[in-house]
Amino acid sequence: MTHHEYDVVIVGAGGAGMRAALESSQRARTAVLTKLYPTRSHTGAAQGGMAAALANVEDDNAEWHVFDTIKGGDYLVDQDAAEILCNEAIDAVLDLEKMGLPFNRTPDGKVDQRRFGGHTRNHGEAAVRRACYSADRTGHMILQTLYQQCIKQEVEFFNEYYVLDLILDKDPQAAAPGEDVSVAGVVALELSTGEIHTFRAKSVIFATGGAGKVFKTTSNAHTLTGDGMGIALGAGLPLEDMEFFQFHPTGLAGLGILLSEAARGEGGILRNSEGERFMERYAPTIKDLAPRDMVARAMANEVREGRGAGPHKDYVLLDLTHLEPAHIDEKLPDITEFARTYLGVEPYTEPVPVYPTAHYAMGGIPTTVQGEVLRNNTDTVKGLYAAGECACVSVHGANRLGTNSLLDINVFGRRAGIAAAEHAVATAEAAAFPDDAAARVEGIVTRLLATVGGSGTERVAEVRKALQETMDRNVQVFRDAASLEEATRVVAELKERYKDVAIHDRGQRFNTDLLEAIELGFLLEIAEVVVAGALARQESRGGHYREDFPTRDDEKFMHHTMAYATGEGVRLDTKPVVVTKYQPMERKY
Amino acid sequence: MTATAESPAVGEVKAMQVTLRILRSKPEGSDEHAPGEQYWQEFQVEAHATDRVLDALHKIKWEQDGSLAFRRSCAHGVCGSDAMRINARNRLACKTLLKDLNPAKPIIVEPIKGLPVEKDLIVDMEPFFASYREIMPFLMTTGSAPTRERLQSPEERQRFDDTTKCIMCAACTTSCPVFWTDGQYFGPQAIVGAHRFIFDSRDEGQWDRLEILNDKAGVWKCRTAFNCTEACPRGIEVTKAISEVKHALTTGEI
Ligand SMILES: Cc1cc2nc3c(=O)[nH]c(=O)nc-3n(C[C@H](O)[C@H](O)[C@H](O)COP(=O)(O)OP(=O)(O)OC[C@H]3O[C@@H](n4cnc5c(N)ncnc54)[C@H](O)[C@@H]3O)c2cc1C
Ligand code: SF4
Ligand code: FES
Repeated sequence: MTHHEYDVVIVGAGGAGMRAALESSQRARTAVLTKLYPTRSHTGAAQGGMAAALANVEDDNAEWHVFDTIKGGDYLVDQDAAEILCNEAIDAVLDLEKMGLPFNRTPDGKVDQRRFGGHTRNHGEAAVRRACYSADRTGHMILQTLYQQCIKQEVEFFNEYYVLDLILDKDPQAAAPGEDVSVAGVVALELSTGEIHTFRAKSVIFATGGAGKVFKTTSNAHTLTGDGMGIALGAGLPLEDMEFFQFHPTGLAGLGILLSEAARGEGGILRNSEGERFMERYAPTIKDLAPRDMVARAMANEVREGRGAGPHKDYVLLDLTHLEPAHIDEKLPDITEFARTYLGVEPYTEPVPVYPTAHYAMGGIPTTVQGEVLRNNTDTVKGLYAAGECACVSVHGANRLGTNSLLDINVFGRRAGIAAAEHAVATAEAAAFPDDAAARVEGIVTRLLATVGGSGTERVAEVRKALQETMDRNVQVFRDAASLEEATRVVAELKERYKDVAIHDRGQRFNTDLLEAIELGFLLEIAEVVVAGALARQESRGGHYREDFPTRDDEKFMHHTMAYATGEGVRLDTKPVVVTKYQPMERKY
Repeated sequence: MTATAESPAVGEVKAMQVTLRILRSKPEGSDEHAPGEQYWQEFQVEAHATDRVLDALHKIKWEQDGSLAFRRSCAHGVCGSDAMRINARNRLACKTLLKDLNPAKPIIVEPIKGLPVEKDLIVDMEPFFASYREIMPFLMTTGSAPTRERLQSPEERQRFDDTTKCIMCAACTTSCPVFWTDGQYFGPQAIVGAHRFIFDSRDEGQWDRLEILNDKAGVWKCRTAFNCTEACPRGIEVTKAISEVKHALTTGEI
């Protein structure tokens, strides 16, 4: 076991982690721990764009962006946070441009902008061009640019270090309201050696990304297993709004690989088996560019009512054939290549089979607008921060608008980086690892070693597959009490089976078998919270749609869900939504 | 009623048996093999023609031998984790479909060459990233930044578009015969990384970078073997980028 001491430790080197590192490393001694090489992070997969009311190509302003974000989120958005997001968006894009990000340009040399779902002019009048982009590889460019700046600033990375646990100086649930609870550090596994490392730090930032792998059909990477959320939950911290998961309308059918909404922003049209542009019926004003939850449900509904395309009538079609091939090549080169490579479909001439794919966790580790992690509705954990997809500020509410996440990771990654460094500078000494921390770390080690080559009879892959299938079947676009109860039962059963999984790799180094087992543990914990939240929320709002309660119920459910893990299962609580200017209205497009 | 339709499959593709012949090694060794010794092992899996090589590797790992080690993340060719030598060519396992190989014959899978092997298909990437860091891969400007964005015309932006696509998978560098034999050479990816800035109209560090590439470890080592261009899963014209850098060095023009 090797011990390290830093002012700030950042867990994760995606967009949020590296944006935080650029701030923090200028102000305090910072280490970035990441299970992947930074440039492998899934931010690099993001395609369509990053929202900011630059007004480079048409009239736009931050206030319209705020309104769209809140309405898009079905009024579960904390409005103070949305104001920060949209007001700071303009500088966030300009900062990236100054760092060298190669945005697409207008004829007069400015950052170009395109349309995206739910982003409108003057509170819903018409779609507005707000998304700043670089072809359909905006996330790749953000990740590369931030990494390049990290190289320039000589940020210290611990690549392929897998963080297993978070150490606090007290149990956050046992502590009295108002009592100080502080972060002490993290425990990590060095993948190349199998060695355990402890990092003591004055501040810790979690930026571990999403949890899409709880579902089978997903746009998320194999590595998006909700580690940070799972670790927080295990440390006695709540998770907020986990029942809100976004299903992106246009995943490649059967595969889940994403085709960006930019395809529709550039003029693509969704059609059913009859060739009908069915979104005209569901969202007469902005049609195919309605928010994702509405489009995904419309698609699933078309399939359910027998208007799906293909031999099994189980998908719909994304039609780009009316667009000029040159335009497609310029604006959508990567996603059209995905269709060619993985489905053998030529988008110039054939419509592409698509179906909703699990895409984005609106919920996560609850934070303030400075990125400070909450341990209940009001108290923060001193020195602990979270940003990016693993966090919930909450700027996305019940449904995130496209291009608002690349924005979120930049705005709140930056804020968390500054706040964490300032906290570290103002703190004389990091909290001591509590007495039982050493035992806990050793416990982790022995537990890991015991599984390796142990007598378990279950296979990680089988348990994971069963989990993902039940989640797709029961907790996807449409949910009801029966499907959610079924999911509850299966997840509980799988948690039992998980206790008996076997690790077949007996080696210490690059034991990816062991890693997948640990990741599965987090997935199971998260699935349990998602299902519990979905079962309790007897209404439909944003990405959470209950067939047995098909309307939004502001009287009973206009609040965030706070879920805690206890010895007896998940305990649910609520947290008020911050409303500044915008009263809930019916959501029509 | 229950909720949603199962996620759909496009058409039906018949399953088939494929054999993968994998070059393995265990850092800790085993009863049959010394630590680090490389040996071949064959696996049979049931797969579909439309499956990726990565799917077949996962099937082996998940159903037969959990100790098989390889890196992967995105599974659709954008993160650069899983470059490997497949039938003697560098490719991404997640972007190579079985139908594009000859499934009647064993599919040969080896780690990429020229970087130290750590375990099975995992190599030590650090020397590769170190070369990238050498070429100062970040925008360099002088003077104070404007309040809004720096202006750049669409044509200026297009000038370096190709090399911005690089995902640092190392397929090019580890397909280069000069890189295999010459311990000094930066390799094609570092030159691609430099090209991306040298031809960016906003950048003012081009001559610093060109000086680095003019060095003995730099562009002049390239023998224009074209392996790199063929290997690049992003379709970057790597050899062209290298010759543009050479041209800039000989003519002093960018
Ligand atoms: C295909 C796709 C397209 C998208 N397109 C867009 C778009 O156009 N616009 C938009 O706004 N949003 C888009 N999104 C959403 C957006 O890309 C993500 O929400 C965002 O990039 C997440 O960034 P992040 O920094 O929070 O996490 P990530 O980039 O996922 O990074 C997570 C980091 O955490 C590290 N990590 C995780 N667990 C551990 C652990 N246990 N120990 C150590 N390190 C760990 C990983 O190594 C990684 O570095 C898209 C998402 C997908 C999947
Ligand atoms: S140039 Fe191509 S092959 Fe080389 S590292 Fe970049 S993406 Fe990979
Ligand atoms: S797994 Fe990401 S490129 Fe293959």
